[in-house]
Amino acid sequence: MGQQQLQPNINISLTEKPVKKSRWLAFMKKLAKNKAAIAGAIVVLTVFILAILAPWIAPYDPTHIEMSKKFQGPSAEHWLGTDDKGRDILSRLLYGSRISLTVGILSTLLGAIVGVVLGIVAGYYGKWIDSLIMRFCDVLLAFPGILLALAIISILGPSTANTIIAIAIFAVPTFARIVRGSTLGVKKLEYVDAIRAMGSRDSRIIFKHILPNITSPIIVQATLYIASAIITASALSFLGLGTQPPTPEWGTMLANGRSYLAQAPHITLFPGLVILLVVVGFNLFGDGLRDALDPKTKK
Amino acid sequence: MLTFIIRRFLQIIPVMIGVTLAVFLMMHLIPGDPAQIMAGERADEAQVEQMRENLGLNDPLHEQYLRYVGNAIQGDLGTSIRTNRPVVNEIFDSRIWITIELAFWGTVLAVIFGLIAGIISATRKYSFADVSLMIVALFGMSMPNFWLGIMLIYFFSVNLGWFPIVGWESWKHMVLPVITIGSGGAAIIARMTRSSMLEVLDNDYIRTAHAKGVSERLVVYKHALRNALIPVVTVVGLQFGTLLGGAVITETVFAVNGIGRLVVDAIKARDFPMVQGAILVCAVAFVLVNFLVDIAYRLINKRIDLN
Repeated sequence: MGQQQLQPNINISLTEKPVKKSRWLAFMKKLAKNKAAIAGAIVVLTVFILAILAPWIAPYDPTHIEMSKKFQGPSAEHWLGTDDKGRDILSRLLYGSRISLTVGILSTLLGAIVGVVLGIVAGYYGKWIDSLIMRFCDVLLAFPGILLALAIISILGPSTANTIIAIAIFAVPTFARIVRGSTLGVKKLEYVDAIRAMGSRDSRIIFKHILPNITSPIIVQATLYIASAIITASALSFLGLGTQPPTPEWGTMLANGRSYLAQAPHITLFPGLVILLVVVGFNLFGDGLRDALDPKTKK
Repeated sequence: MLTFIIRRFLQIIPVMIGVTLAVFLMMHLIPGDPAQIMAGERADEAQVEQMRENLGLNDPLHEQYLRYVGNAIQGDLGTSIRTNRPVVNEIFDSRIWITIELAFWGTVLAVIFGLIAGIISATRKYSFADVSLMIVALFGMSMPNFWLGIMLIYFFSVNLGWFPIVGWESWKHMVLPVITIGSGGAAIIARMTRSSMLEVLDNDYIRTAHAKGVSERLVVYKHALRNALIPVVTVVGLQFGTLLGGAVITETVFAVNGIGRLVVDAIKARDFPMVQGAILVCAVAFVLVNFLVDIAYRLINKRIDLN
């Protein structure tokens, strides 16, 4: 999944406000030129808007069962058809986007916060605390793929909230490693030495000088991570170990449709297409952000 | 080289201690009384007490941990609650070999298709072939593999009847699961190979080789590919782990009785010794594979230093 993405270069700035503004402009210009990134941003933004507006634009109640209308293919009445219980698939997908986006973003945010704190502490203070944190990350990374999330779910029990916790823990080592590397890079700079020599407190150095300088790699990683978090969350639901039915969630919808594959393939087709589209959107946008923030890429 | 192997091996030890500790603690982190869970919900107090005694849950935690590790090293991972058979037998009698077979062929598929696509893309930068391959790779990377598996079943098994829907007996059973598990890796390896090749092709020594009149083919395959492969090897190692994890999904979709499906079934049945055992075996396997990958990495790139 997204973890294998290359680590972006650190952006180092020693700049005052006016220059910052022009850097922001240059970044926006670079991003705007990247058509793929813009396409990704449009997809992501559209899904956000649809998720927020779901209660107003969904044509039906997503949990309303109408057995007389089961297994209907796409029609003017039900644009994406109905499922095995006659529920409207479009409405379920619209409501499902709220869960997938919430899980994807909250778990990434949670994992990123813990990972960033651990990464900065490890990179800034070094010595035994660095070894301790990095060995802790190694242990978390030793559980391949979705297995760590499964182990956590087996302890906590399956639910949407526990899915967020499981994926967040899964995200911690990825962020911690990247942030540690970036912190080490910034810490070596002469001006940080100078500030420290002038008697600045650690907290001030971290918040005023280190953190602002390592935000780019964090933002890029977070955007790409949301993509894999959405896939992992729907995979857990698909396995019956994430969000529980009858809550409309993309993974559970897919798992449910599997039993009726021969007679009503559309029940499985649409949730998968939606997951694919959203994940492609986040990946494109994340790739674009990385290229725009990376000083190595040519303008 | 030997020093490198020994030093790298020593690095595994703290990770193994951490992994066993984490898996051991799983049992104690579950809300509720482990003895009650192991004895089953309907067990009376005497049975629960008996279970607590049998499992040594009254001993101090560190003693329990040392006993757990000691037993694990001797091949005792406890008894499955569901089947009442030793966990080790459940895993090693057939399950794990099926998963290894699945992950192995998945990796082979990922490496072959990933490398070919990556090389074509890099040598014809911005051509139609490059752009289309990279779009396919982007979608391959973003596709939920459980959905891909189901769609493959729909087209090739249900509609065309080319392959069986479920099971793991002949090569025909293996085609769709291997595609399902390997496609994401192929996409990642293709992207990695492309960017790594492009970086290498930009170097002065490649220009020198061109200037010397070395043929294009030789430049690409002898000079560029060899160096471009270095980062790709790491990704391949990581992929094998991802595939071990991906087996959970693929085996569920295709009803293949591997270790991944075992984990899911065990979690649903709250068969904790089974969950612990299967997860421990996968993690240890992954750590060992990464160890081997690092050695391979060192063999192709002598410049790399452990620190």
